[in-house]
Amino acid sequence: MPIQNNRLPESELEKNFSDIHPPFEHAEGAAIEANRCLNCYDAPCTKLCPTSINVPLFIKQIASGNIKGSAHTIFSSNIMGGGCSKVCPVEKLCEGACVFNLLEETPISIAKLQRYSTEQAIHEKWKLFTRKPSNGKKVAIVGAGPAGLACAHSLSLEGTEVTIFEKEAKGGGLMTYGVAAYKVTPTFCKEEVDYILSLGGISVQYEKQLGKDIQLADLQKNFDAVFLGIGVGVARSLEIPGENLEGVMDAISFIYNLRTRNYSQISVGDKVAVIGMGMTAIDAATQSKRLGAKEVTMIYRRTEHEKPCTEEELDLAKLDGCSFLWLSNPKEILGENGKVKNLVCSKMKLGEPDASGRRSPVDTGETFTIEVDMVIKAAGQIPFEGLVNNSKLDNKVGKIKIDNSGMTNLKGVFSGGDAVNGGKEVVDAVQAGKDAAKGILAYLKK
Amino acid sequence: MADLRSDFLGIKSPNPFWLASAPPTDKKVNVLRAFEAGWGGVVWKTLGTQVKNVSSRYSSLNYNGQKAMGFNNIELISDRPLEINLKEIKEVLKEFPDRAMIVSLMADNDRKSWHEMVKKAQDTGAHGLELNFGCPHGMVERGMGASVGQDPEIAKMVVEWVMEVAKIPVITKLTPNVHSVVPAGKAVISAGTDALSLINTIQSITGIDLDTLIPNPNVGGKSVFGGYCGPAVKPIALKMLTTLAQDPDTRKVPISGIGGISTWRDAVEFILLGASNVQVCTAAMIQGFRIITDLCDGMSNWMDEKGYKSINDFRGLSVPAITRWEELDINFHIIANINQDKCIHCGLCYITCEDTSHQSIDIKKGLPYNTYTIKDEECVGCNLCKIVCPVEDCITMEVHRKGDEYLNWTEYQKRGLPLNDH
Repeated sequence: MPIQNNRLPESELEKNFSDIHPPFEHAEGAAIEANRCLNCYDAPCTKLCPTSINVPLFIKQIASGNIKGSAHTIFSSNIMGGGCSKVCPVEKLCEGACVFNLLEETPISIAKLQRYSTEQAIHEKWKLFTRKPSNGKKVAIVGAGPAGLACAHSLSLEGTEVTIFEKEAKGGGLMTYGVAAYKVTPTFCKEEVDYILSLGGISVQYEKQLGKDIQLADLQKNFDAVFLGIGVGVARSLEIPGENLEGVMDAISFIYNLRTRNYSQISVGDKVAVIGMGMTAIDAATQSKRLGAKEVTMIYRRTEHEKPCTEEELDLAKLDGCSFLWLSNPKEILGENGKVKNLVCSKMKLGEPDASGRRSPVDTGETFTIEVDMVIKAAGQIPFEGLVNNSKLDNKVGKIKIDNSGMTNLKGVFSGGDAVNGGKEVVDAVQAGKDAAKGILAYLKK
Repeated sequence: MADLRSDFLGIKSPNPFWLASAPPTDKKVNVLRAFEAGWGGVVWKTLGTQVKNVSSRYSSLNYNGQKAMGFNNIELISDRPLEINLKEIKEVLKEFPDRAMIVSLMADNDRKSWHEMVKKAQDTGAHGLELNFGCPHGMVERGMGASVGQDPEIAKMVVEWVMEVAKIPVITKLTPNVHSVVPAGKAVISAGTDALSLINTIQSITGIDLDTLIPNPNVGGKSVFGGYCGPAVKPIALKMLTTLAQDPDTRKVPISGIGGISTWRDAVEFILLGASNVQVCTAAMIQGFRIITDLCDGMSNWMDEKGYKSINDFRGLSVPAITRWEELDINFHIIANINQDKCIHCGLCYITCEDTSHQSIDIKKGLPYNTYTIKDEECVGCNLCKIVCPVEDCITMEVHRKGDEYLNWTEYQKRGLPLNDH
C-alpha cells in the first residue's frame, strides 16, 4: 500500500490521539499528591524551571484548597503554565530535580499538579490578573507563539497597549502547530491563547506575515517598541541525493498538517523512516504509527546514549512499536518512478567528543539499505535567515543577536525565544518573552 | 513469645487492649465483632437514664491530607433501653467468658439512682464498673458527666454512694477538662475507687464549614462543643497520666490509659508512663476492629526485642525520667550533624533554623542542590532540624557536653555562672 490517508477507522484515530497524560480526575487525587510534596526551601524544581515557577508554593496551595492562588502562582511566572504542564520535558527539568529522586522514590507529579490548577483557571476563565492604568505606550509584537504571548501579557499588565501580528490563523505558535496532538489538543491551545488575551490590552492581527503583509520599518515607525518572536521555521535539509523524491517530507510540515486537518486526511506510508532523535522526531514517528503506518524506523547517527530526546519520549516511541537504527546516517534516498523506494545509510561509529560534549559520529565507510516508502526529516530547524538579513538584524546564521535587555542592533526592536536561541522548549521561549518585556518597559521609560 | 495477658484488679483479658466506652461498645453486635477480631475487653457504652441523640454526631480534624488527626463527638450515653443493654451484656459474657466486660455507668445525681444502676450492672455478671465522670457534652448540662468529675467533692460523694453497693471492682474515669486531674483522682481514691482511667474527651470545636459558617458537627444549622479525641490528644493524655503516676496517693491504684491510642507504640508509651492497660476508641472507629491484630503483634514483637516477658515488666519504667525542669542538666549539650551522604537537599532544616531558631545552618548554593552544614558553635541542640528532616537518621544530635559534672539550674544560679550574652 503506498502513501495514503484514512488508514484507520475514525474511532481508532480518536483513541490514538487522545491525551497521553491524563489529568487528575478528582480533587482527592491532586490533594494526596500535593501533600506528598516536602515543600523544599530554595527548591531544586523551581531552580530547574526556566521560568522559575514557585513549585512548592503552588503545590501547597493545591493542598490547602487554594486552587485560584495556585493558578496565580503558576501564571505569574509562566503565563503558558497550562500548555507547559503538557509539553515540558519535566523529567529533565522540575521533576528530574525533585529531591525524591535522591531517595529513589517517585518524584512529585509536578506537571500533573500544575495542569490541575491551570486547566481549571483556563476552563473557568478565572480573572487572576488586573492591568495597571495605561502607560500610554504602544508595542508591536511579531508572532503569537509562546515568546510573543508571554511578552504581550507582561507588557499589558504594566498598562502597555500591545498589537500582535501573527502569520497563521491561530495563536500559540509551535504549541498549536508543532507539538504532537496527543500532548495538547487544538481545543486546549485555543482556550489557552484566549485566556492569555482575556487580560485585555492585547489585540491580535492574524494572517499577517512579516516581510510580506507587514514591514519592520513600519512597525518601528508606528509603535514605541517592537518585539520579534518569529521562531524558527524551515526544516533543516539532509543535503543528500533523492531528497526531492515524492514521499520525502519534513516533520514540521507533517505535524503542522496533523494539527490543522482531520487525522483521517493525513497521509502516511507503509514503511516510514524518521531521520533524527529529537522531540520533534519522536512526535513524527509516534504519530505516523498512530495514523496507521505499518513500520516506523527512527534513524540516528549517534547511539541511544547521545540522543537529544528524553528517556520518556524514547519510551513513548518504543511503546508505539517504532524500531531504531542507531549509528546510522542517511546517505541517499533511492526512488522508483519518482517515488521513495529505499534509504541508504552509512554505518557510523563514535569518535571524539564534539562541541556539545557528546562523542561525535564518524563514518565507517560501510553502508546498508532499507526499504521505505516515506522519509520524514526531523534533523532540526533553521532560522528565517533571509527575513532576518533583509530586516538588517544582526544575526548568527539567522539567529537574531540581542543584548542583555533583549534588544537587537535596531533601536527599540527586541527579540527572544527560538528566533534567538535557534529552538528550545516552550518554557524557554516564555521566559525569553518575559525578559524582553522587562527590557522593553525599561527602554520605554527612558 | 511475650505474654500479653492482662490482669487489671483481677479482671483478666488475653491482651491489654480494651475498647473504651463509646459507640463501638454500644451494642451486642458490635462487641461480638470486636471479640471475634481479638480485643481483650470492652467497657460497655455508658448506661443511665435513657437519652435521645441528635444527627450529625461526629467531626474530624484533618491535617496535610491525613484524615482524623483529631476527632470529636456530641453523642450522649447509650440511647437504647437499659433492659436491652443489660440483656445483651449477659449474652456477650456467655459467648466470650475469657474477655473483660466492664460496664460504664452514669446515673442521675442521687444516691438511690446510683445504687440501682450499680446493682443492675453487676447483676449481669460483668467483671467491673467504670464511672463516667468525664463526658463533656450533653450530660454536663444535666449535672452529670464532666460536671461531676470537675468537682472533687461531688466526685468523692458519688464514688462513696457507688462503693456502698459495689461488689465488683470500680474504675473511676476522669475528665481532662480541668487544670489538673490529680485533685479529682485523690478525692475518688479516698472515697474507695479501686482504679482510675483517663482521659475522657476534651471540649472542642474541630472546625467550621467555610461555606455555611456553621461549626462542625452541624446539627440543623447549630453545633455544640464536642468531646475531642484521636491521635492529637495523646500528648495531653500522657501528661495527665504521668501526673497520676507521680503522685504518691494516686499511683497506688491501677490506671487504665485512654487518649488517642492508635498504634502499639502509643499503647507501649501509656504503659511505660504507668498505665496497667489501655483503652482504644477513635482508632477503631476510623479503621475498624481489625487494628487489634497489629496492636497485639507490634507490642509482642517489641517486648520480645527488648526482653520483656509481661506487661508488668515495663509498666511505669519511663515515669522516673520525667523530672522537674530545675533538675535538668545544663551541662548536657547536643549539636546537630547532617550526614551529607543521606541529605536530599530539601533545605527544610535550613529554613526552619534560619527563620525560627538559631541561624545555625550554613547554606552553600548549588544548581539545583544546595549543601547544608551545621555551624557547631551556633547550634543550641534544639532538635528542630532533626524533626523537620524527611530522611531517617540524616540529622543526628551528637553529645558535646559543656562540662563533665551534672549541673542543674538551682546550682547554676547559686554559683553565679554567666547567662547568654547575645
